[in-house]
Amino acid sequence: MEVLRISTAGSVDDGKSTLIGRLLYETNSITVDKLEAIERASQRKGIGFLDLSLLTDGLIAEREQGITIDVAHIYFHTRNRKFIITDAPGHVEYTRNMITGASKADVSIILIDARKGVLEQTHRHYFISNLLRISKVIVCVNKMDLVGFEEGPFREIEKTFLDFAKEIQSSGPASAEAGSAPARQDITVMPVSSLLGDNITRKSESMAWFKGEPLLAILESIQVNTDLDRKPVRFPVQYVIRPRNESHHDFRGYAGRMLSGRLRVGDEVIVQPSGRKSKVSRISFFDKELQEATAKESVVVELADNVDVSRGDWLVPVDQSAALRTELEANICWLNAEPFNAGKVYLLQQGTSISKAKVTQINYVQVPSTLEKTTPTSLKMNDIASVKIKAAKPLLIDNFDENKSNGAFILVDEYSNNTVAVGVAL
Amino acid sequence: KKFPEDLEHEAISIMREAAAQFERPAILFSGGKDSITLVRLAEKAFYPGKIPFPLIHIDTGHNFPETIEFRDWLVKKINIELIVGYVQEDIDAGRATEEKGKYASRNTLQTTTLLRIIEENKLDACLGGARRDEEKARAKERIFSVRDEFGQWDAKNQRPELFDYLNGRIKPGENVRVFPISNWTELDVWNYIREEELAIPSIYFAHEREVIERDNVLWPVSDFIYRDANEVVVKKKVRFRTVGDMSCTAALPSEADKLDTVIDEILASVISERGTRLDDKRAEAAMELRKVSGYF
Ligand SMILES: Nc1nc2c(ncn2[C@@H]2O[C@H](COP(=O)(O)OP(=O)(O)O)[C@@H](O)[C@H]2O)c(=O)[nH]1
Repeated sequence: MEVLRISTAGSVDDGKSTLIGRLLYETNSITVDKLEAIERASQRKGIGFLDLSLLTDGLIAEREQGITIDVAHIYFHTRNRKFIITDAPGHVEYTRNMITGASKADVSIILIDARKGVLEQTHRHYFISNLLRISKVIVCVNKMDLVGFEEGPFREIEKTFLDFAKEIQSSGPASAEAGSAPARQDITVMPVSSLLGDNITRKSESMAWFKGEPLLAILESIQVNTDLDRKPVRFPVQYVIRPRNESHHDFRGYAGRMLSGRLRVGDEVIVQPSGRKSKVSRISFFDKELQEATAKESVVVELADNVDVSRGDWLVPVDQSAALRTELEANICWLNAEPFNAGKVYLLQQGTSISKAKVTQINYVQVPSTLEKTTPTSLKMNDIASVKIKAAKPLLIDNFDENKSNGAFILVDEYSNNTVAVGVAL
Repeated sequence: KKFPEDLEHEAISIMREAAAQFERPAILFSGGKDSITLVRLAEKAFYPGKIPFPLIHIDTGHNFPETIEFRDWLVKKINIELIVGYVQEDIDAGRATEEKGKYASRNTLQTTTLLRIIEENKLDACLGGARRDEEKARAKERIFSVRDEFGQWDAKNQRPELFDYLNGRIKPGENVRVFPISNWTELDVWNYIREEELAIPSIYFAHEREVIERDNVLWPVSDFIYRDANEVVVKKKVRFRTVGDMSCTAALPSEADKLDTVIDEILASVISERGTRLDDKRAEAAMELRKVSGYF
């Protein structure tokens, strides 16, 4: 069974909770006791209807303030797919939560209230989907029942959105130099009514003018990670297995998760960053021997020679390596309450490798909603910036645009141990 | 195949990160289906090497005998170190106080024992089988969840987890709870057990048992559960959906005596798994309050 990871974003009251609640409800994913708990909580709060937002707003503070302040995970499945929704709040002060929620997403769902149209937050949500190169973006224009299910207002919103999306693609993150739209991003704009269920799990009868599929049908048929296997092999070594027992006295296996590509038994490989060479002698998953490992698989690789390989190294076929880099251009989002300190050394984690690193220059900070650029000397929480980074160790990092699975990194503060920034390499 | 393979690869990868990033990690083992799943994943993650973690069992003294029997069988089968923390020892030493009354349970007392075992064994990480779909506070839990010296969870100050990056750096005294099956649902776990043909304690299958009916729930009769004089004991065919402490785990009337029928019942059922756990019904935010104070 396949897994589809979805991130959702919308402004308060656009109907995000109602939309998620509707998907859960129509796929029989809400159990009676959870519904009853929500009923009880709704009554205590003095609201007459079933507040489906209580399903996703888990923490006490959130329930008290009536807002979502973290990333929540919601699960449901249909016959042949499992869905994981990461739901993050939409305000500017939660930009980092949105990026967190969207970092693993295959699909991003952006909600717009049909009466209000494209707002500042819509710009931010799309900006993030573009920054993270999410391959499928679905824009749900919600509350269509409140605009008489009419095509006119919908088409207007659709046009405004697509125009802005184009502008972000050409002058948003990463594209200034490349000058191109993100590869393979597919945008669908569709009219829905979450409250009534129109175009959520069934085609809307009130909007016969819309020819597209309902939301759930789209989610069920999107192809996931289809291109990862066609990328160069990226295998970061996580852990070295050395049983040192009778039956496996000389066994030395390199355990890791394939990020991309297809690694085959017999492949000549190079160990990066050391540059030593060997050959793949065996690939296994538990007690099964494999002829090849493909993207996303957690396997164990054995080499023909006793070369020095440890956690933090990459194994790549000799003809698929990339230039090692110590200097990077990157887009980063500052995640921490403590601002960026220009003189400070941070730890850069990429793959399983950890290196000391410095942000040597802030090219600019870009405001997602207006695309306006400034050049501050520091970065505050939620800032999205184009920067130059220098690392102490050579890294095998890909351009995020070319290989998402090996193009991102995090920065960790050595003293507080916090994850303070996330970045994508250009 | 019903089980989403991606989740298995993800969980194995998380286990390897735990082994690589910590000096002394351990698996919290309750004998339930989630921790049995963890043990299987650990076997797969480090094969043909041994699992590099001991098992920790926090023993409330109110166990189903079937669970303890199963635990000891498994430990022997895979030849793994087992560390048992007895809640009774903390009660005897005055570090924990037994609850009184009709709903008395040792469930919350487990926290004291767990923290003691962590300290005594200098554990810096504990791998647990908690899942985000179990409960609403758990839906916000990280995969690497940092706890302070007192085991406390600071829900509003969690480290962001982006892409597949797990940051397990901690200060002395702190430790991390690791949740490799965070993204699995109850059904995923059952499908995995079926596809892997894993053995599980017999109480998961329908069997005859003496129960009392209270608050529309069936309670297993044992020495550990309070019983009013007017509450009658009846014999029923039941199974359990979780194997927690006997004093807070309710039985379900069931005819399902095979995995296939158990899974069918779960699919058809409308009560979610934690609905059979009394400890969550005490307060709407029961789970979050217990997590904040160091519960797993
Ligand atoms: N008429 C109408 N109202 C809706 C629709 N979707 C949501 N709402 C209402 O809009 C309000 C906010 O919805 P909610 O889901 O809580 O928004 P959230 O803040 O984005 O999660 C609630 O009163 C919903 O009942 C819709 O499609 N049509």
